[in-house]
Amino acid sequence: MSSPEQWTHPEPGVGPAATAAAPTAEQVIAGLRATSEGGPELVQLLTPEGERVPNPEWDRYVADITADDLRGLYRDMVLTRRIDREGNALQRQGQLGIWVPLLGQEAAQIGAGRALKPQDMAFPSYREHGVAWCKDVAPSDLLGIFRGTDHGSWDPIAKRFHLYTIVIGNQVLNAAGYAMGQRFEGKVGDDDGEATMVFFGDGATSQGDVHEGFVWASVYDAPLVFFCQNNQWAISEPTERQSRLPLYQRARGYGFPGIRVDGNDVLATLAVSRWALSECRHGNGPVLIEAFTYRMDAHTTTDDPSRYRLTDELEAWKLKDPIERVRVHLVRHEQADKEFFDSVQAESDQLAAELREFCVNMPDPPKERIFSQVYEDGNPVLAAQRDTYLSYASGFEGGDH
Amino acid sequence: MSLITYRQALNDALRSEMLRDEDVFLIGEEIGQFEGSYKITAGLLAEFGPKRVRDTPIAEEGFTGAATGAAMVGLRPVVEIMTINFSLLALDQIVNHAAKIYGMFGGQARVPMVIRTPGGGGQQLGATHSQNIELFYAFVPGMKVVAPSSPADAKALMLAAIRDDDPVLVLENLSLYNTKGEVPDEDVPGEIGRAKVTREGSDITVVAYSRMAAVALEIAGKLAESDGIDVEVVDLRSLRPLDRDTVIASVKKTNCAVVLEDDWLTYGIGAEIAATISDGAFDWLDAPVRRVAMAEVPLPYAKPLETAALPSADDAITAVRETLDATARRR
Ligand SMILES: Cc1ncc(C[n+]2csc(CCOP(=O)(O)OP(=O)(O)O)c2C)c(N)n1
Ligand SMILES: [Mg+2]
Repeated sequence: MSSPEQWTHPEPGVGPAATAAAPTAEQVIAGLRATSEGGPELVQLLTPEGERVPNPEWDRYVADITADDLRGLYRDMVLTRRIDREGNALQRQGQLGIWVPLLGQEAAQIGAGRALKPQDMAFPSYREHGVAWCKDVAPSDLLGIFRGTDHGSWDPIAKRFHLYTIVIGNQVLNAAGYAMGQRFEGKVGDDDGEATMVFFGDGATSQGDVHEGFVWASVYDAPLVFFCQNNQWAISEPTERQSRLPLYQRARGYGFPGIRVDGNDVLATLAVSRWALSECRHGNGPVLIEAFTYRMDAHTTTDDPSRYRLTDELEAWKLKDPIERVRVHLVRHEQADKEFFDSVQAESDQLAAELREFCVNMPDPPKERIFSQVYEDGNPVLAAQRDTYLSYASGFEGGDH
Repeated sequence: MSLITYRQALNDALRSEMLRDEDVFLIGEEIGQFEGSYKITAGLLAEFGPKRVRDTPIAEEGFTGAATGAAMVGLRPVVEIMTINFSLLALDQIVNHAAKIYGMFGGQARVPMVIRTPGGGGQQLGATHSQNIELFYAFVPGMKVVAPSSPADAKALMLAAIRDDDPVLVLENLSLYNTKGEVPDEDVPGEIGRAKVTREGSDITVVAYSRMAAVALEIAGKLAESDGIDVEVVDLRSLRPLDRDTVIASVKKTNCAVVLEDDWLTYGIGAEIAATISDGAFDWLDAPVRRVAMAEVPLPYAKPLETAALPSADDAITAVRETLDATARRR
């Protein structure tokens, strides 16, 4: 099996030119993908079998993590997965217009989300329900987006969690600007400094916006952690369609460090994210993290992945499940008992029930909202259109309209 | 003739042109393996292979620019942009390059490229995914923009666009993809720049394109029945070049007009049509030209609000009645 590194030219002036970057469609279908394994550069602290592997470089970033903390991370992931599955089910039952599943990416998101300090800002794309959880955005606040009653109802500044962005790559530039602001305002430099983390996918790395974000953040030393969840797919397109070399290595060309972490290992993701945020906080940003993970469900509820990928690939990744390895670890080291697991289970049942209850009772927004959130201070043309429309609509009041 | 969908008509046109001309190739996100987000390219990767059906990285500006370059050396790329909303990321390549290369290079290089992309709201896709921004391209000299409303026109105009030597944007529409109509089995390209009177009438002219041209036909039928109003429908079909003559001729006959458009009112396509009528048929007008357009807001996401913000058949009917009332011709 070829590895992505072999696709690049060995040395300038030496050897044959590099050949085909991408596998054929047949190879992709057959699961013969160079990127199915993270490779030796993958930072991992907890193996898929739940074994804690010592790592002199990274252990110190999680040295303070107690059994209690690990149970907390486990709980975060279980609840996040439950929110996700409930969202999916609500869509299937017609209660939501669409759902964007994160199944399989819990560790990447919780590891990153729990590394964020309260003063840190996060810019999500559209799949970051786990990061939202860590930023104390109520899961019910996510539902409006997918039920189509609003574009996001939390206060992004208060929560330090930006609204979801669906145009691919867009938020990376906004985050670069935000982080530049943090630097220009003198908010970096010590342990209490601020940082920003921006989330995007492997597919997004092809967009000009993302590349420009890399340039801006680097030339202004912005405290920005680029957190790329490489979940191996951009809808139907495999990562090989986006890059010839491992994504984390792109950072080098822009002049900042890049690192690949096992995105299914919550501990490793936490360690690497803490390090990256700390670098930024102290003025040494930006940093690129590639969290190597897998989208275990469809792209969205409108997608059918069986059209473009083999279930073998999914089966292989199931063995690397992010939650299972923590559970095994906790059990093996007698750090959690049945009572603990039962209580997390009960809590997640409760959360799901509340979410469902909230969802089915969500009111439709009032008609004047069509016009009320276009300009902060309104405008006369729009006001006239609103008045005309509302008086026209009031003619239908009481009917089925 | 066969009764097929708008989607199938587009697919047939692409396939025919790929069979006819080896230089025609398709490029875009998710168009091969996935057969396009709206399945317009279904079966084409299997039939023509990856050389002619190119899945690209997620970079609209990249693949539109690459297609422009390929067109300059004689290939005939058909670019799919998943929805017209994402064409905004390729705006510089389209407006500053594709549309200008022929003129700026003194006619030495042509850009026989097609950009096909659906517009349209009403699918609850939110404000960034539901826009009708064809005007941006219809505004630009060097571009051609066609906007078929029926399966037959979809096929004819796609054939014409691919054979055209200038960059042509083919505006498709999400809510038209499943509509059905009679389509000629043989390949007869349409004429870019020619509107069509899709229904003859004597009382009032309704001018529209794309989805709203289908709505125009629908309300014309209703109004004939309910009010005995004889509506003439002009389907623009081409936004640039614009067939002013057909619009003016119709208004000279009916003496009043309503424009239906899915875009925003201010500076919209309807404004251009109203100006066209004012220039060419001012003395024939019995009432001001009315425009029915979308509320001037980012399209709301909630279903009832989205429906309310989009122009509807009822809005169009009201505008027709009120315009006729204003002519004082109506009893
Ligand atoms: C500018 C733009 N182009 C295309 C799309 C359609 N689209 C939505 S998600 C997606 C794939 C993104 O893949 P990736 O960045 O890997 O993120 P993932 O969905 O895997 O989390 C595409 C092409 C879009 N939303 N915006
Ligand atoms: Mg992805």
